[in-house]
Amino acid sequence: MNPNQQTYPQENSFLLEVVQASGEKIQACYQCQKCSAGCPVAYAMDILPNQLLRHIQYDHRERVLSSKTIWICASCYTCSVRCPNNIDIAKIMDVLRNLAIHSGIKPGEKDIPLFHSVFLDTIKSKGRIHELSLIIQLKSKTKDFLKDAGLGWKMFRKGKIKLLPSRFGGGKEIQEIFNEFEKGARR
Amino acid sequence: MKEISYYPGCSLHGTAREYDDSIRGVSSLLNIQLHELEDWTCCGASSAHCTDEELAIDLAARNLAIAEKSDRDLLVPCVACYSRFKWAEKESKEHPEKIHFSYRGNVPIRYVLDFFCEGPILEEIKKKIAKPLSGLKVVCYYGCLTVRPPKVTGIKEYENPQHMDHLMELLGADSVPWSYKTDCCGASLVMTRTDIVRRLSGKLLSMAKEAEADCLVTGCPMCHANLDTRQDEMEKEVGENFNLPIIYFTELIGLALGHKDAKKWLGHHITDPIKILSAKGLM
Repeated sequence: MNPNQQTYPQENSFLLEVVQASGEKIQACYQCQKCSAGCPVAYAMDILPNQLLRHIQYDHRERVLSSKTIWICASCYTCSVRCPNNIDIAKIMDVLRNLAIHSGIKPGEKDIPLFHSVFLDTIKSKGRIHELSLIIQLKSKTKDFLKDAGLGWKMFRKGKIKLLPSRFGGGKEIQEIFNEFEKGARR
Repeated sequence: MKEISYYPGCSLHGTAREYDDSIRGVSSLLNIQLHELEDWTCCGASSAHCTDEELAIDLAARNLAIAEKSDRDLLVPCVACYSRFKWAEKESKEHPEKIHFSYRGNVPIRYVLDFFCEGPILEEIKKKIAKPLSGLKVVCYYGCLTVRPPKVTGIKEYENPQHMDHLMELLGADSVPWSYKTDCCGASLVMTRTDIVRRLSGKLLSMAKEAEADCLVTGCPMCHANLDTRQDEMEKEVGENFNLPIIYFTELIGLALGHKDAKKWLGHHITDPIKILSAKGLM
Protein backbone atom coordinates (compact mmCIF):
# COMPACT_ATOMS: atom_id res chain seq x y z
CA MET A 1 0.00 0.00 0.00
CA ASN A 2 1.21 3.44 -0.79
CA PRO A 3 1.77 5.10 2.63
CA ASN A 4 0.88 8.52 1.18
CA GLN A 5 -2.65 7.30 0.68
CA GLN A 6 -3.26 7.77 4.40
CA THR A 7 -1.51 11.11 4.63
CA TYR A 8 -2.91 13.01 1.65
CA PRO A 9 -6.64 12.94 1.06
CA GLN A 10 -7.66 12.25 -2.50
CA GLU A 11 -8.98 15.04 -4.67
CA ASN A 12 -12.75 15.60 -4.55
CA SER A 13 -13.01 13.36 -1.50
CA PHE A 14 -15.23 14.03 1.47
CA LEU A 15 -12.14 13.69 3.66
CA LEU A 16 -10.44 16.52 1.76
CA GLU A 17 -13.56 18.67 2.01
CA VAL A 18 -13.68 18.30 5.81
CA VAL A 19 -9.92 18.69 6.23
CA GLN A 20 -9.94 21.91 4.22
CA ALA A 21 -12.99 23.39 5.90
CA SER A 22 -11.75 22.58 9.41
CA GLY A 23 -7.99 22.92 8.97
CA GLU A 24 -7.72 19.76 11.09
CA LYS A 25 -5.54 16.77 10.21
CA ILE A 26 -8.17 14.04 10.40
CA GLN A 27 -5.77 11.55 8.76
CA ALA A 28 -3.74 11.56 11.98
CA CYS A 29 -6.46 9.77 13.99
CA TYR A 30 -5.22 6.32 15.01
CA GLN A 31 -8.35 5.25 16.88
CA CYS A 32 -7.15 5.49 20.47
CA GLN A 33 -10.81 6.26 21.39
CA LYS A 34 -9.90 8.79 24.03
CA CYS A 35 -12.43 11.21 22.47
CA SER A 36 -15.29 8.73 22.89
CA ALA A 37 -14.18 7.66 26.36
CA GLY A 38 -14.40 11.23 27.66
CA CYS A 39 -17.47 12.34 25.71
CA PRO A 40 -20.37 13.07 28.10
CA VAL A 41 -23.02 12.54 25.40
CA ALA A 42 -21.50 9.49 23.66
CA TYR A 43 -24.27 7.33 25.12
CA ALA A 44 -26.84 9.20 23.03
CA MET A 45 -24.88 9.09 19.75
CA ASP A 46 -25.41 6.66 16.89
CA ILE A 47 -21.73 6.85 15.83
CA LEU A 48 -19.03 7.40 18.46
CA PRO A 49 -16.64 10.31 17.86
CA ASN A 50 -13.69 8.02 17.01
CA GLN A 51 -15.91 6.06 14.61
CA LEU A 52 -17.06 9.31 13.03
CA LEU A 53 -13.46 10.24 12.25
CA ARG A 54 -12.92 6.81 10.67
CA HIS A 55 -16.06 7.26 8.53
CA ILE A 56 -14.68 10.61 7.34
CA GLN A 57 -11.36 8.96 6.48
CA TYR A 58 -13.32 6.44 4.42
CA ASP A 59 -15.35 9.18 2.67
CA HIS A 60 -18.70 8.00 4.03
CA ARG A 61 -20.29 11.38 3.40
CA GLU A 62 -23.96 10.47 3.70
CA ARG A 63 -23.45 8.24 6.75
CA VAL A 64 -21.67 11.09 8.55
CA LEU A 65 -23.93 13.97 7.53
CA SER A 66 -27.12 12.04 8.32
CA SER A 67 -25.88 10.96 11.77
CA LYS A 68 -27.41 11.91 15.10
CA THR A 69 -23.90 12.35 16.46
CA ILE A 70 -23.14 15.67 14.78
CA TRP A 71 -26.24 17.22 16.41
CA ILE A 72 -25.95 15.51 19.78
CA CYS A 73 -22.41 16.88 20.28
CA ALA A 74 -22.78 19.65 22.87
CA SER A 75 -19.50 21.41 21.86
CA CYS A 76 -17.97 20.90 25.31
CA TYR A 77 -14.48 20.44 23.79
CA THR A 78 -13.48 17.59 26.11
CA CYS A 79 -12.47 15.46 23.10
CA SER A 80 -10.49 18.27 21.50
CA VAL A 81 -8.29 18.88 24.55
CA ARG A 82 -7.63 15.17 25.12
CA CYS A 83 -6.76 14.08 21.56
CA PRO A 84 -3.12 12.94 21.51
CA ASN A 85 -2.90 14.06 17.87
CA ASN A 86 -4.32 17.53 18.60
CA ILE A 87 -7.31 17.03 16.35
CA ASP A 88 -9.97 19.58 17.28
CA ILE A 89 -12.88 17.17 17.02
CA ALA A 90 -15.45 19.65 18.34
CA LYS A 91 -14.46 22.05 15.57
CA ILE A 92 -14.89 19.24 13.03
CA MET A 93 -18.42 18.72 14.40
CA ASP A 94 -19.15 22.38 13.56
CA VAL A 95 -17.88 21.88 10.01
CA LEU A 96 -20.01 18.72 9.64
CA ARG A 97 -23.13 20.50 10.88
CA ASN A 98 -22.46 23.36 8.46
CA LEU A 99 -22.04 20.85 5.59
CA ALA A 100 -25.10 18.86 6.65
CA ILE A 101 -27.32 21.96 6.57
CA HIS A 102 -26.27 22.75 3.00
CA SER A 103 -26.30 19.11 1.83
CA GLY A 104 -30.03 18.50 1.63
CA ILE A 105 -29.47 15.21 3.50
CA LYS A 106 -32.17 14.53 6.11
CA PRO A 107 -30.68 15.32 9.54
CA GLY A 108 -30.42 12.48 12.08
CA GLU A 109 -32.00 14.68 14.78
CA LYS A 110 -35.11 16.66 13.90
CA ASP A 111 -35.49 19.28 16.62
CA ILE A 112 -31.86 20.34 17.18
CA PRO A 113 -31.25 21.85 13.70
CA LEU A 114 -34.77 23.29 13.87
CA PHE A 115 -33.91 25.00 17.15
CA HIS A 116 -30.77 26.54 15.63
CA SER A 117 -32.74 27.84 12.66
CA VAL A 118 -35.42 29.37 14.91
CA PHE A 119 -32.71 30.89 17.12
CA LEU A 120 -31.03 32.52 14.12
CA ASP A 121 -34.39 33.79 12.80
CA THR A 122 -34.92 35.46 16.17
CA ILE A 123 -31.54 37.21 15.94
CA LYS A 124 -32.31 38.23 12.37
CA SER A 125 -35.63 39.83 13.29
CA LYS A 126 -34.79 41.23 16.73
CA GLY A 127 -30.97 41.49 16.89
CA ARG A 128 -31.00 39.99 20.36
CA ILE A 129 -32.53 36.84 21.76
CA HIS A 130 -35.71 37.55 23.62
CA GLU A 131 -36.18 34.20 25.36
CA LEU A 132 -39.99 34.21 25.42
CA SER A 133 -40.23 35.00 21.67
CA LEU A 134 -37.72 32.24 20.97
CA ILE A 135 -39.73 29.67 22.93
CA ILE A 136 -43.01 30.68 21.28
CA GLN A 137 -41.42 30.43 17.83
CA LEU A 138 -39.90 27.04 18.63
CA LYS A 139 -43.17 25.67 19.97
CA SER A 140 -45.04 26.87 16.88
CA LYS A 141 -42.69 24.59 14.88
CA THR A 142 -42.45 21.55 17.18
CA LYS A 143 -46.17 21.74 18.16
CA ASP A 144 -45.17 20.56 21.63
CA PHE A 145 -47.05 23.26 23.51
CA LEU A 146 -47.20 21.54 26.87
CA LYS A 147 -43.46 20.93 27.28
CA ASP A 148 -42.10 23.01 30.16
CA ALA A 149 -45.35 24.96 30.58
CA GLY A 150 -45.23 24.41 34.35
CA LEU A 151 -41.59 25.43 34.52
CA GLY A 152 -42.35 28.55 32.48
CA TRP A 153 -44.98 29.59 35.02
CA LYS A 154 -42.57 29.01 37.94
CA MET A 155 -39.90 31.09 36.21
CA PHE A 156 -42.40 33.85 35.47
CA ARG A 157 -43.32 34.02 39.15
CA LYS A 158 -39.63 34.32 40.07
CA GLY A 159 -39.24 37.27 37.71
CA LYS A 160 -37.09 35.34 35.25
CA ILE A 161 -39.28 35.86 32.20
CA LYS A 162 -39.06 39.16 30.43
CA LEU A 163 -42.32 39.77 28.62
CA LEU A 164 -41.22 42.28 25.98
CA PRO A 165 -38.04 42.42 23.90
CA SER A 166 -35.57 45.29 24.46
CA ARG A 167 -35.48 48.17 22.02
CA PHE A 168 -32.20 48.97 20.35
CA GLY A 169 -30.70 49.82 16.94
CA GLY A 170 -28.16 47.67 15.16
CA GLY A 171 -30.85 46.40 12.84
CA LYS A 172 -29.26 47.41 9.54
CA GLU A 173 -25.93 45.71 10.22
CA ILE A 174 -27.68 42.56 11.40
CA GLN A 175 -29.72 42.56 8.18
CA GLU A 176 -26.52 42.83 6.15
CA ILE A 177 -24.90 39.97 8.07
CA PHE A 178 -27.89 37.75 7.36
CA ASN A 179 -28.10 38.84 3.70
CA GLU A 180 -24.51 37.70 3.23
CA PHE A 181 -25.20 34.47 5.08
CA GLU A 182 -28.26 33.68 2.97
CA LYS A 183 -26.32 34.37 -0.23
CA GLY A 184 -23.64 31.95 0.95
CA ALA A 185 -26.20 29.39 2.00
CA ARG A 186 -27.46 29.22 -1.59
CA ARG A 187 -24.05 28.19 -2.92
CA MET B 1 -12.17 53.97 39.73
CA LYS B 2 -11.57 51.24 37.15
CA GLU B 3 -13.57 51.56 33.95
CA ILE B 4 -14.51 48.68 31.70
CA SER B 5 -16.91 48.04 28.80
CA TYR B 6 -19.66 45.56 29.57
CA TYR B 7 -21.47 43.21 27.19
CA PRO B 8 -24.28 41.61 29.24
CA GLY B 9 -25.57 39.29 26.49
CA CYS B 10 -29.16 38.17 25.96
CA SER B 11 -29.77 35.87 28.91
CA LEU B 12 -28.66 38.48 31.45
CA HIS B 13 -31.61 40.55 30.27
CA GLY B 14 -33.94 37.59 30.95
CA THR B 15 -33.53 34.37 32.89
CA ALA B 16 -30.17 35.39 34.37
CA ARG B 17 -31.15 38.86 35.57
CA GLU B 18 -29.84 38.18 39.09
CA TYR B 19 -26.41 37.52 37.57
CA ASP B 20 -26.54 40.90 35.81
CA ASP B 21 -27.82 42.66 38.95
CA SER B 22 -25.16 41.08 41.15
CA ILE B 23 -22.33 41.90 38.72
CA ARG B 24 -23.47 45.52 38.65
CA GLY B 25 -23.93 45.61 42.44
CA VAL B 26 -20.57 44.07 43.26
CA SER B 27 -18.77 46.23 40.68
CA SER B 28 -20.08 49.41 42.24
CA LEU B 29 -18.87 48.29 45.71
CA LEU B 30 -15.44 47.61 44.23
CA ASN B 31 -15.21 50.95 42.41
CA ILE B 32 -15.49 49.38 38.98
CA GLN B 33 -17.51 51.39 36.51
CA LEU B 34 -19.28 49.32 33.85
CA HIS B 35 -20.05 50.91 30.50
CA GLU B 36 -22.69 48.80 28.78
CA LEU B 37 -21.72 48.39 25.14
CA GLU B 38 -23.90 50.63 23.06
CA ASP B 39 -26.24 48.92 20.65
CA TRP B 40 -24.91 45.43 21.28
CA THR B 41 -26.48 42.46 19.50
CA CYS B 42 -26.55 38.70 20.11
CA CYS B 43 -23.17 36.93 19.84
CA GLY B 44 -24.78 34.13 17.78
CA ALA B 45 -24.28 31.56 20.56
CA SER B 46 -24.25 27.85 19.67
CA SER B 47 -26.74 28.21 16.86
CA ALA B 48 -24.50 30.41 14.70
CA HIS B 49 -21.39 28.24 14.94
CA CYS B 50 -23.47 25.09 14.40
CA THR B 51 -24.83 26.62 11.20
CA ASP B 52 -22.19 28.71 9.43
CA GLU B 53 -18.67 29.75 10.39
CA GLU B 54 -18.78 33.17 8.73
CA LEU B 55 -22.11 34.01 10.29
CA ALA B 56 -20.69 33.10 13.70
CA ILE B 57 -17.66 35.33 13.18
CA ASP B 58 -19.75 38.25 11.86
CA LEU B 59 -22.21 38.22 14.77
CA ALA B 60 -19.34 38.25 17.29
CA ALA B 61 -17.13 40.71 15.40
CA ARG B 62 -19.90 43.30 15.11
CA ASN B 63 -19.90 43.65 18.90
CA LEU B 64 -16.12 43.52 19.18
CA ALA B 65 -15.83 46.33 16.62
CA ILE B 66 -18.04 48.50 18.84
CA ALA B 67 -15.94 47.63 21.89
CA GLU B 68 -12.72 48.41 20.07
CA LYS B 69 -13.82 52.02 19.51
CA SER B 70 -12.94 52.70 23.15
CA ASP B 71 -9.64 51.78 24.77
CA ARG B 72 -11.35 49.89 27.59
CA ASP B 73 -11.26 46.11 28.11
CA LEU B 74 -14.50 44.23 27.44
CA LEU B 75 -16.14 42.38 30.32
CA VAL B 76 -18.29 39.37 29.33
CA PRO B 77 -20.37 37.42 31.90
CA CYS B 78 -21.90 34.72 29.70
CA VAL B 79 -19.65 31.84 28.84
CA ALA B 80 -21.22 31.26 25.42
CA CYS B 81 -20.68 34.90 24.43
CA TYR B 82 -17.16 34.81 25.87
CA SER B 83 -16.28 31.73 23.84
CA ARG B 84 -17.68 33.18 20.61
CA PHE B 85 -15.77 36.43 21.14
CA LYS B 86 -12.52 34.61 21.89
CA TRP B 87 -12.93 32.50 18.73
CA ALA B 88 -13.48 35.67 16.68
CA GLU B 89 -10.40 37.20 18.30
CA LYS B 90 -8.37 34.13 17.32
CA GLU B 91 -9.66 34.33 13.74
CA SER B 92 -8.86 38.05 13.56
CA LYS B 93 -5.23 37.18 14.24
CA GLU B 94 -4.91 34.01 12.16
CA HIS B 95 -7.31 34.79 9.28
CA PRO B 96 -7.97 38.57 9.25
CA GLU B 97 -9.64 38.18 5.83
CA LYS B 98 -12.56 36.45 7.59
CA ILE B 99 -13.42 39.59 9.60
CA HIS B 100 -15.91 41.86 7.86
CA PHE B 101 -16.03 44.58 10.51
CA SER B 102 -13.51 47.21 11.56
CA TYR B 103 -12.29 44.86 14.28
CA ARG B 104 -8.55 44.22 14.55
CA GLY B 105 -8.38 41.88 17.54
CA ASN B 106 -7.12 44.60 19.85
CA VAL B 107 -9.73 44.64 22.61
CA PRO B 108 -8.88 42.51 25.66
CA ILE B 109 -11.88 40.19 26.22
CA ARG B 110 -12.34 39.39 29.90
CA TYR B 111 -14.60 36.72 31.33
CA VAL B 112 -16.20 38.01 34.54
CA LEU B 113 -14.87 35.19 36.75
CA ASP B 114 -11.29 35.59 35.49
CA PHE B 115 -11.60 39.36 35.95
CA PHE B 116 -12.77 39.14 39.56
CA CYS B 117 -10.07 36.57 40.35
CA GLU B 118 -7.23 38.92 39.45
CA GLY B 119 -4.76 40.00 42.12
CA PRO B 120 -5.70 43.69 42.61
CA ILE B 121 -9.46 42.97 42.60
CA LEU B 122 -9.03 40.07 45.03
CA GLU B 123 -7.11 42.46 47.31
CA GLU B 124 -9.97 44.95 47.08
CA ILE B 125 -12.53 42.23 47.87
CA LYS B 126 -10.45 41.04 50.82
CA LYS B 127 -10.31 44.54 52.26
CA LYS B 128 -14.08 45.01 51.98
CA ILE B 129 -15.37 41.69 53.34
CA ALA B 130 -18.04 42.52 55.88
CA LYS B 131 -19.50 39.07 56.49
CA PRO B 132 -17.22 36.09 55.73
CA LEU B 133 -19.06 33.04 54.38
CA SER B 134 -17.90 30.89 57.30
CA GLY B 135 -19.31 27.40 57.46
CA LEU B 136 -20.58 27.40 53.87
CA LYS B 137 -19.44 24.35 51.93
CA VAL B 138 -19.39 25.00 48.20
CA VAL B 139 -18.41 23.10 45.07
CA CYS B 140 -17.00 25.29 42.32
CA TYR B 141 -18.40 24.51 38.90
CA TYR B 142 -16.52 26.05 35.99
CA GLY B 143 -18.29 24.26 33.14
CA CYS B 144 -16.85 23.79 29.67
CA LEU B 145 -16.20 26.95 27.77
CA THR B 146 -14.74 29.03 30.60
CA VAL B 147 -11.67 26.82 30.33
CA ARG B 148 -11.89 24.89 27.06
CA PRO B 149 -10.39 24.84 24.53
CA PRO B 150 -7.23 26.35 26.06
CA LYS B 151 -6.00 27.52 22.63
CA VAL B 152 -8.96 29.93 22.81
CA THR B 153 -9.30 30.66 26.54
CA GLY B 154 -5.59 30.70 27.35
CA ILE B 155 -6.30 28.83 30.64
CA LYS B 156 -3.43 26.55 31.68
CA GLU B 157 -5.24 24.50 34.33
CA TYR B 158 -8.10 23.46 32.08
CA GLU B 159 -8.60 19.99 33.62
CA ASN B 160 -8.48 21.24 37.20
CA PRO B 161 -8.94 25.01 37.38
CA GLN B 162 -8.50 26.59 40.82
CA HIS B 163 -9.26 30.29 40.56
CA MET B 164 -12.90 30.14 41.65
CA ASP B 165 -11.91 27.87 44.56
CA HIS B 166 -9.36 30.46 45.70
CA LEU B 167 -11.96 33.21 45.44
CA MET B 168 -14.42 31.19 47.56
CA GLU B 169 -11.75 30.49 50.19
CA LEU B 170 -10.97 34.22 50.26
CA LEU B 171 -14.65 34.94 50.93
CA GLY B 172 -14.44 32.57 53.90
CA ALA B 173 -16.30 29.64 52.34
CA ASP B 174 -15.05 26.08 52.37
CA SER B 175 -14.43 24.98 48.77
CA VAL B 176 -14.90 21.22 48.69
CA PRO B 177 -12.86 19.21 46.17
CA TRP B 178 -14.82 17.25 43.58
CA SER B 179 -14.11 15.79 40.15
CA TYR B 180 -16.86 17.44 38.13
CA LYS B 181 -15.61 21.04 37.93
CA THR B 182 -15.41 21.12 34.15
CA ASP B 183 -17.94 18.47 33.13
CA CYS B 184 -20.70 19.47 30.72
CA CYS B 185 -24.26 20.29 31.89
CA GLY B 186 -25.79 19.69 28.45
CA ALA B 187 -25.89 23.37 27.48
CA SER B 188 -28.29 24.36 24.69
CA LEU B 189 -29.60 20.82 24.25
CA VAL B 190 -32.03 21.77 27.02
CA MET B 191 -34.50 23.16 24.49
CA THR B 192 -34.55 20.06 22.30
CA ARG B 193 -33.04 17.02 24.05
CA THR B 194 -34.02 17.85 27.60
CA ASP B 195 -33.48 14.18 28.48
CA ILE B 196 -29.73 14.61 27.89
CA VAL B 197 -29.58 17.72 30.06
CA ARG B 198 -31.48 15.94 32.85
CA ARG B 199 -28.95 13.13 32.77
CA LEU B 200 -25.81 15.30 32.62
CA SER B 201 -26.97 17.97 35.06
CA GLY B 202 -28.48 15.31 37.34
CA LYS B 203 -25.07 13.67 37.54
CA LEU B 204 -23.48 16.99 38.54
CA LEU B 205 -26.06 17.55 41.28
CA SER B 206 -25.64 14.01 42.51
CA MET B 207 -21.85 14.37 42.72
CA ALA B 208 -22.12 17.77 44.44
CA LYS B 209 -24.38 16.14 47.05
CA GLU B 210 -21.91 13.29 47.47
CA ALA B 211 -19.20 15.89 48.14
CA GLU B 212 -21.56 17.18 50.88
CA ALA B 213 -21.73 20.67 49.42
CA ASP B 214 -24.35 23.15 50.66
CA CYS B 215 -24.50 24.75 47.23
CA LEU B 216 -22.93 24.75 43.78
CA VAL B 217 -21.27 27.95 42.53
CA THR B 218 -21.17 28.91 38.87
CA GLY B 219 -20.43 31.83 36.56
CA CYS B 220 -22.44 30.68 33.55
CA PRO B 221 -26.09 31.61 32.92
CA MET B 222 -26.74 28.48 30.86
CA CYS B 223 -25.30 26.09 33.42
CA HIS B 224 -27.23 27.99 36.07
CA ALA B 225 -30.54 27.58 34.26
CA ASN B 226 -29.93 23.89 33.55
CA LEU B 227 -28.93 23.09 37.13
CA ASP B 228 -31.30 25.40 39.02
CA THR B 229 -34.63 25.12 37.23
CA ARG B 230 -35.16 21.39 36.67
CA GLN B 231 -34.17 19.76 39.94
CA ASP B 232 -37.64 18.30 40.56
CA GLU B 233 -37.61 16.61 37.13
CA MET B 234 -34.14 15.21 37.79
CA GLU B 235 -35.14 14.02 41.25
CA LYS B 236 -37.98 12.02 39.71
CA GLU B 237 -35.64 10.50 37.18
CA VAL B 238 -32.81 9.44 39.50
CA GLY B 239 -34.89 8.96 42.65
CA GLU B 240 -32.59 11.17 44.69
CA ASN B 241 -33.46 14.29 46.63
CA PHE B 242 -31.33 17.25 45.52
CA ASN B 243 -32.64 20.62 46.65
CA LEU B 244 -29.16 22.01 46.00
CA PRO B 245 -28.99 25.80 45.53
CA ILE B 246 -27.06 26.95 42.44
CA ILE B 247 -25.50 30.33 43.17
CA TYR B 248 -23.64 32.81 40.97
CA PHE B 249 -20.18 33.58 42.34
CA THR B 250 -20.99 37.29 42.12
CA GLU B 251 -23.99 36.78 44.43
CA LEU B 252 -21.64 35.25 47.00
CA ILE B 253 -19.15 38.12 46.64
CA GLY B 254 -22.09 40.50 47.18
CA LEU B 255 -23.23 38.56 50.23
CA ALA B 256 -19.73 38.59 51.77
CA LEU B 257 -19.36 42.31 51.06
CA GLY B 258 -22.74 42.91 52.67
CA HIS B 259 -24.49 44.26 49.58
CA LYS B 260 -28.00 45.37 50.48
CA ASP B 261 -29.61 43.69 47.43
CA ALA B 262 -28.11 40.21 47.90
CA LYS B 263 -31.39 38.81 49.20
CA LYS B 264 -33.26 40.25 46.21
CA TRP B 265 -30.86 38.57 43.74
CA LEU B 266 -31.13 35.23 45.51
CA GLY B 267 -34.92 35.52 45.52
CA HIS B 268 -35.02 34.95 41.74
CA HIS B 269 -33.77 31.38 41.97
CA ILE B 270 -36.06 28.39 41.42
CA THR B 271 -34.16 26.20 43.93
CA ASP B 272 -34.22 28.36 47.05
CA PRO B 273 -30.76 29.34 48.33
CA ILE B 274 -32.05 31.65 51.10
CA LYS B 275 -33.08 28.88 53.48
CA ILE B 276 -29.64 27.29 53.71
CA LEU B 277 -27.84 30.65 53.78
CA SER B 278 -30.08 31.77 56.64
CA ALA B 279 -29.54 28.51 58.49
CA LYS B 280 -25.79 29.13 58.24
CA GLY B 281 -26.31 32.61 59.70
CA LEU B 282 -25.18 34.29 56.50
CA MET B 283 -28.38 36.20 55.78
